[in-house]
Order: sequence, then C-alpha cells, then structure tokens
Amino acid sequence: MESFFKTAQTVPLNHYILLSAIIFSIGVIGVLIRRNAIVIFMSIELMLNSVNLLLTAFSVYRGDATGQVFVFFIMALAAAEVAVGLAIIVMIYRNTNSIDINVLNRLKW
Amino acid sequence: MSIFYFIAFLSILFAVLVISAKNPVHSILYLVLTFFTFTIQYILLNAQFLAIVNFIVYMGAILVLFLYTLMLINLNKDSEPVKTNLVKIAAVLGGGCLLVVVVAALKVIGASDPVLFRDPNLGLVKNLGKVLFNEFLLPFEVSSLLLLSAMVGAVLLATKDPKTA
Repeated sequence: MESFFKTAQTVPLNHYILLSAIIFSIGVIGVLIRRNAIVIFMSIELMLNSVNLLLTAFSVYRGDATGQVFVFFIMALAAAEVAVGLAIIVMIYRNTNSIDINVLNRLKW
Repeated sequence: MSIFYFIAFLSILFAVLVISAKNPVHSILYLVLTFFTFTIQYILLNAQFLAIVNFIVYMGAILVLFLYTLMLINLNKDSEPVKTNLVKIAAVLGGGCLLVVVVAALKVIGASDPVLFRDPNLGLVKNLGKVLFNEFLLPFEVSSLLLLSAMVGAVLLATKDPKTA
C-alpha cells in the first residue's frame, strides 16, 4: 500500500496543472458547443471537478489541509447548485417543452 | 508514476466523449467514468476522504440526479439540438485559446518540483475533521444553511403551481 502511494510522488506539479487546464478547457468547449441544457450543466460539473483536483494537488504539494477543506465546500456547493439548476431545467421543460437553450432567448417576455 | 499518466489520459478521453456524445444518457455515463478517474487521482494523492466523498456525492448522488432529471424530461423524439459547424469551430478555437494561454503561463514558471507527501496523514478523515471543525466551523455551518435553502428552492421550483396547472 505504501509503495502504491509512492507513485504520485514522482509526478511534477506542472503535470497536474496541465491536466486540470485540459479538463477545464474541455468543459468550456462543452458549454460553448452544446445546446442541450443538461449537457451544458454536465460541462460545468467537469470544470468544477478539474478545479477540485488541482486544489487537492496543491494541498498535498504544500502539505496544507486547507485546500482539501475547500474541495469539500465546493462539493457541497455543487450539490446545492445541481439541485436548483436541475429544478430550473425541469421547470423550463414544462413551460417550453424543450431543453434547447435557444428557446430561452426571449427572457424579456 | 505511469499510473498517473494512464489515468490522466483516461480522464481526458472520457471528458471529450462527454461533450461529443450525441445521446445525453451516454454523456452522463461517460461523466460517471470521468469522475471515477478523478476518484483514482484522489487515491493516488492519498486524499482518502475526498476520494470517498467524490465517489459517494458526485458519482452516487449528483449523477443519479442528472439521470433522473433526464428520465423526467422526455427526449425520445430525437430532437437533440445541434449548433452549426461554424459555431462549433469557433467554440473549439475559443477553448483551445484558453488552454494555450494557461499552458503558456505554465511554461513561464518552468519546471516544478514533484508532488511530495510532506504529511502522509494529510488527507485522512481524522486530520481533515480537525481542520474542518476548528478553523472552518462557521463556513461549515453556513454550508448547511446553503443546502437547506437549495433544497427548499428546488422543491419550490419543481412543484407545479396549482393555480396555473
């Protein structure tokens, strides 16, 4: 078990930043190219998770537990956000019979 | 060391599949796999508490919520909206530019030290609990308030209005 955890010790911090940046960019691209509201929501989750991973990596790198506590709070926030967001999506679907976000370009009415 | 790169490759692969899958159900299943790779990364970083929480909260609760919502929303008419190719290319270019900027900023920093475990017990429940209930006691309580208000808001939004329905 101890040797298993040694594997992460040789990974440079830059590579964690790179991985998180790539996943975050994929999330951004997902928000931009999809019109399905649920898939857009999932892309946002992807971005949140990449930031979580980076916070954890920095926390281990600095030997400071604060980063992992932040990740815990981000997870609680994500749970709340998903509950409210999905409720809004369900309500939009009930009113417009679609979850295409282009239907929502008439918010002034 | 090679485990990290293999898992990182899997994360990126599944993340790309999440945004490129035509069927939203497939997207959710790929997202489950992506989060599973993140759980493995947490285990590799010896952040055991976060690994378990990620596994239970994200894969167990949030993604099941997504799946249930997708089942509530009837998408069987194959009317998955697609954007035009021009918008897609512009979006990929925009995201790629963001990535290039971050990577270029990273290049300026230069080579970094490897991630060493200064404190092997850092991510254990015992250690994190002490930090959480000493320094972060007030935010912890406030987050409970946040969850309560989110629950009330979700119920309020999702229930049908008896006057209009």
